[in-house]
Amino acid sequence: MKEKKLKYTLISVASIAAFLSVWYLVTDVFHIFPSSTFPSPVKVAQAFIRKLTVKTPDGGTLATHLAASLKVALYGYLLGIGIGVPLGILMGWFRKVDLIVKPIFDLVRPIPPVGWIPLMILWLGIGMRAKATVIFVSAVTPSIINAYTGIKQTNSVHIWVARTFGAKSLETLIKVGIPSALPMIFAGLKVSLGASWMALVAAEMLASTEGLGYMIQMNRMVGKADNIMVGMITIGLVGAMLTWILEKLENKLVKGGRTK
Amino acid sequence: MEHSGKIKKDAMILCDHVSKSFVNGNETAEVLKDITLSVEENEFVVILGPGQCGKTTLVNILAGLERASGGEVTVNGKKVTDPEPERGVVYQKTALFPWLTVEGNVGFGPKMAGVPKKERKERTKHYIELVGLSGFEKSYPIKLSGGMRQRVGIARAYCNNPSVLLMDEPFGHLDAQTRYLMQEEVERIWSQDKRTVIFVTNNIEEAVYLADRIVLLSNCPTTVRNEFKIDLQRPRDNMSSEFLRLREEIGRHVEMTR
Repeated sequence: MKEKKLKYTLISVASIAAFLSVWYLVTDVFHIFPSSTFPSPVKVAQAFIRKLTVKTPDGGTLATHLAASLKVALYGYLLGIGIGVPLGILMGWFRKVDLIVKPIFDLVRPIPPVGWIPLMILWLGIGMRAKATVIFVSAVTPSIINAYTGIKQTNSVHIWVARTFGAKSLETLIKVGIPSALPMIFAGLKVSLGASWMALVAAEMLASTEGLGYMIQMNRMVGKADNIMVGMITIGLVGAMLTWILEKLENKLVKGGRTK
Repeated sequence: MEHSGKIKKDAMILCDHVSKSFVNGNETAEVLKDITLSVEENEFVVILGPGQCGKTTLVNILAGLERASGGEVTVNGKKVTDPEPERGVVYQKTALFPWLTVEGNVGFGPKMAGVPKKERKERTKHYIELVGLSGFEKSYPIKLSGGMRQRVGIARAYCNNPSVLLMDEPFGHLDAQTRYLMQEEVERIWSQDKRTVIFVTNNIEEAVYLADRIVLLSNCPTTVRNEFKIDLQRPRDNMSSEFLRLREEIGRHVEMTR
């Protein structure tokens, strides 16, 4: 068991090492691409370290951009799931809520979150609120859909069991509906997180004065590809890290496997 | 030994001319037709039905989860309209809550009934012991075998202290070996802690092994064909000549219902 784990770790490390080597070979060794638009991994690493302290050309260090992005993202995300999950649960359980909310939801849902950006700029300017609203829109949709589907898929025999034990509708929802929908709800939280993070970068590229998306956009204007890559890599790493945290939380909260 | 058509009006459970049909568009499917049967207190009645038709519906009507289209069910003289904790149900497939441990599943009923924690713990422990699962209190259902899961299902139904236990083909999904074992277990548990049991199955041997009385149903629309009183001494030996004779005889009647 332990040997197998070591083997898998080695394969993962080798895969990343191979990727970096190829990158290094096509840039610094064979110079297939011009280094100004396609910098080598060494250059990107240097830019990364430099960006930790230097504010030019985009007006902030990596940490300030990251902090700005995280703040907006978490704000919109938490608001999105805070409203989306309960709404999805209520829609899934109570037919009346479903009938009232579903038509509006079905009409609004196909609009991509980024499509909200122009209107939000018009209404709320290019500050925190406009971006948080766009992220809210991206986070709320998957949360609703997954919570709704999870509740709808509650095993009817489980509901019978609760009812024969004398549980009322609300009690059955809390003791049976929600626990059995929890794996599905968590899947929704993860999709929401990914969607939020992506929408954030898009929103920052269009309407911002700080943040990782803004940093990428500014460096495109001055043609600094190494800084663009630093921004992209940071977005990737932080996104993966947030998902990892959510998975840890899921493993703690979802008990007894994922079978129905 | 046939007792068809004799209904005692003072019986504990009385199923009085119960019928059920489902309307689907223009079609009406008649599932249960004029089912009349009675069950005495602490009697073990096996409902033997060959087909796929209506048995679960009958259990759900007895449980109060579904309403009959015609006729009525009374328990202790009271009409059944809603599910009640006094009638526990053990379901066909493992209907355990996967997110709760064995302990959590068994204690679910008392928790819903608002039994104080200390008493709940004691009762849970007692019934887990009764079904032979001590040591598995903290296990989740996913870690248990099919037979063990059904034991939890039985303990869960028992733990709420119901006077009536409804069992809907509880061993239908188990392999033959486990099935024999579970039949012995149910017989042992019931002998130790008697309840009125209605046990649904399509297995003749299982019926003869467990029943005080067998109610034989016909297939679609389901109605009562015959009743057989089983007077063999418990625990029964399913290789004894008397057992085999009964099994064969009931088997012949089952053939005729097809």
